Amino acid sequence: MFFEQVLFFIAGFGAIAGALGVAMLRNPFYSVLALVSHLIALAVLFLLLRADFLAAAQVVVYAGAVMVLYVFVVAYVGGSDTPLRPTEGGLVNAFGPLAAAAIFVEITVAVVGSSLSGLGGTGPDVDARFGSPESIGDLLLTRFLLPFEAASLLLLLAAVGAVVLSRKRRGLEDLDTPREVAG
Amino acid sequence: MDTSWFVVLSAFIFCIGAAGVMTRRSPLVVLLCLELMLNAGNLALVAFSRMLGNQDGQIFALVVMVVAACEVVIGLGIIVGMFRRRLPIDVDEMSELRG
Repeated sequence: MFFEQVLFFIAGFGAIAGALGVAMLRNPFYSVLALVSHLIALAVLFLLLRADFLAAAQVVVYAGAVMVLYVFVVAYVGGSDTPLRPTEGGLVNAFGPLAAAAIFVEITVAVVGSSLSGLGGTGPDVDARFGSPESIGDLLLTRFLLPFEAASLLLLLAAVGAVVLSRKRRGLEDLDTPREVAG
Repeated sequence: MDTSWFVVLSAFIFCIGAAGVMTRRSPLVVLLCLELMLNAGNLALVAFSRMLGNQDGQIFALVVMVVAACEVVIGLGIIVGMFRRRLPIDVDEMSELRG
């Protein structure tokens, strides 16, 4: 129990530090690295919540694959140092953190003032199968077969969309020239 | 640990992400902050799934991860397209998507 609390606070502070790093570091490249550390801390929290398969998927898919994609795009586009607070529109930029703080206060009040009795406990005792790849796969292929297939279709659409977005468009010059002649 | 700790932590991470989306100008960092918000939602889903002793929330979190991956792929594709057309990489300048 004590060990769990220590681990929660370490991983929680890691996650918060990573999140602050993502939102506040100037160089997008460092933001990506901060997000990787944030995701790994979050995977530790998932393990504390007995979501073993989700923690593994988080590290492999997110911190592995998606972040590599980010690193490639940041390297391609160029990690330009954008100023954290641009001089113009200062009022709007001050409004953002204020609104976020207001949301945080509101959610915290809602959680603390909630009459949900389960919030004060760790939840029921579960067996070792809870959250294991075996039981998650079992659920995905029986009860949640339709969402599973829909997710696979969505991934296919995203892959096709990425190819369409990033291919070289040689046709556009041909399209533009007659338009200029006509105009 | 009580479930409320996890939920409050998730709310905190969500709000950091929301502040980042509202203040940063580079679309790359805006996408990263969107990831933060989605992950905070995932943490809340998994915490409630543990609270109820029911694995449905974990399946939901898995689907959220799939949707986040798709969003990243399309968003990064759009950013690469903007870069190729020499458009400014800035969300304030980016007010239309017409090629």
